[in-house]
Amino acid sequence: MKQTEMTVVGNRPLTETVWEMVLEGDTSPLSSPGQFVNIRLDGLYLRRPISVCDREGDRLTLVYKTVGKGTKKMTTLGIGERLDLLSGLGNGYDTALSGENPLLVGGGVGIPPLYGLCKELRREGKAVQVILGFNTEREIFYEENFRALGAEVYLATADGSRGEKGFVTDVMKRLSYTYFYTCGPMPMFFAVEKVAKTSGQFSFEERMGCGFGACMGCSCKTLYGNKRICRDGPVLKREEIVWPTRQ
Amino acid sequence: MADTSVTLCGVRLDNPVIPASGTFGYGYEFAELYDIECLGSLSFKGTTREARFGNPTPRIAECEAGMLNSVGLQNPGVEKVLSEELPRLKACFSKPIMANVSGFSVEEYAETCRRLDGEEQIGWFEVNVSCPNVHGGGMSFGTSPKAAAEVTAAVRRVTKKPILIKLSPNVTDIVSVAKACKAAGADGISLINTLLGMRIDLKTKRPVLANKTGGLSGPAVKPVALRMVYQVYEAVSVPIVGMGGVSSAEDVIEMMLAGATAVEVGAANLVDPFASKKIVESLPETMESYGISSLKEIIGAAHRG
Repeated sequence: MKQTEMTVVGNRPLTETVWEMVLEGDTSPLSSPGQFVNIRLDGLYLRRPISVCDREGDRLTLVYKTVGKGTKKMTTLGIGERLDLLSGLGNGYDTALSGENPLLVGGGVGIPPLYGLCKELRREGKAVQVILGFNTEREIFYEENFRALGAEVYLATADGSRGEKGFVTDVMKRLSYTYFYTCGPMPMFFAVEKVAKTSGQFSFEERMGCGFGACMGCSCKTLYGNKRICRDGPVLKREEIVWPTRQ
Repeated sequence: MADTSVTLCGVRLDNPVIPASGTFGYGYEFAELYDIECLGSLSFKGTTREARFGNPTPRIAECEAGMLNSVGLQNPGVEKVLSEELPRLKACFSKPIMANVSGFSVEEYAETCRRLDGEEQIGWFEVNVSCPNVHGGGMSFGTSPKAAAEVTAAVRRVTKKPILIKLSPNVTDIVSVAKACKAAGADGISLINTLLGMRIDLKTKRPVLANKTGGLSGPAVKPVALRMVYQVYEAVSVPIVGMGGVSSAEDVIEMMLAGATAVEVGAANLVDPFASKKIVESLPETMESYGISSLKEIIGAAHRG
């Protein structure tokens, strides 16, 4: 982890609620896709943890959904503004386990960290399949970006307005793959866990205090003891996850 | 040269800045970021006899000028603290350590302190009496002068090290609790623990915290902390460790003017992992700008005249 200042060089909406922010500065604290940054925003006490979508040279791309005060505030940041970040947080995805034909499964705003992962896996010469799930057509983002990386992209929308009508797991069921990586909402995780045919990695979300392992705010139980989502995660391996009992 | 040193219950500190329990782990995580030897001391993560996961998540919520937490004393238990955490802490910190201890019965407090008592580097016990008493209907020890005194007396019997009792601010009369602890053998008082609070999510229409309520900390609580430090200093002749929303060298000085001998930094460490270090570093020049040459001379100065 490192505290660093970065400059906003881009900030634009991709859909009605999803924005893409590009930052410039020191990206060296980041070592793997799936890590996150924790951003200090004026007027808000706690930092906001945002997953890293892409890192290229001294540029960092964050794709975020406006869900609350912090992310709404982020949409107001203009070009040239300086941001105080804790960077290089979390463990990130481990690409070494992917095999030759990994599958990436993303739902909604869980998709961004999979982009950086896809890029890395392609760089390693792997044949990547990607399933992107959205509620409806106008929420779709980054489809072309994944295709441009040379990944085989499948789309699923809950209302059938684009791609396959249904959920990511409807597509996942019929594909063959050597390993999977996923990020998305909990109901999607439950479904993925049910249909997955191989080992894989899930990236979790939790409300965090510090984002670097000090406050124990985001702990979860695993088969190998308690882990902090922010520090020992956010990525957990399928084999270690203790799924919460559903309500 | 500004003199930042203070003496807390007979133990000298280079400076009064102490990261507060629950915001600094067992120190070594922060040692990856900076040399924590610059700190006056540190109060380690609240330790209980048995390992605890704590409360269900979400257990963090933000609010104006602060945060709520309902972590619920997650810690690996005293045996693992002794065998795994303390060796790692001692490898990066050589000064006296403040051992923060919690319990759910009088016996548990005493047993945990007894296990830790052999650790030479522990300079003080800081006994958190804000936990619910399982044998007392779940009411917090700290809300009753009698229960707080029972815990103090039990810990007193197992250690000769200085004992600080960390009080809950969720009481009508903090002075009576402080007095009872002193009478039962406490060497000092730490205050304040977090203030009980709540947030409700407008979308789900449910409390944000899975535990429903949590402890408020951060700048929002500073005036309450100052008032309580001031009241206890006025009424009880006992060294005080002041805390609550401290985020700057100015805040440290303000807390000491109210009557604190040493000052803990809590939530600020979570927002800025370098907060405690920055406070230590900016103390001398801040003292100078207010015409203060020795910090120990300003303890309780707000009460004079």
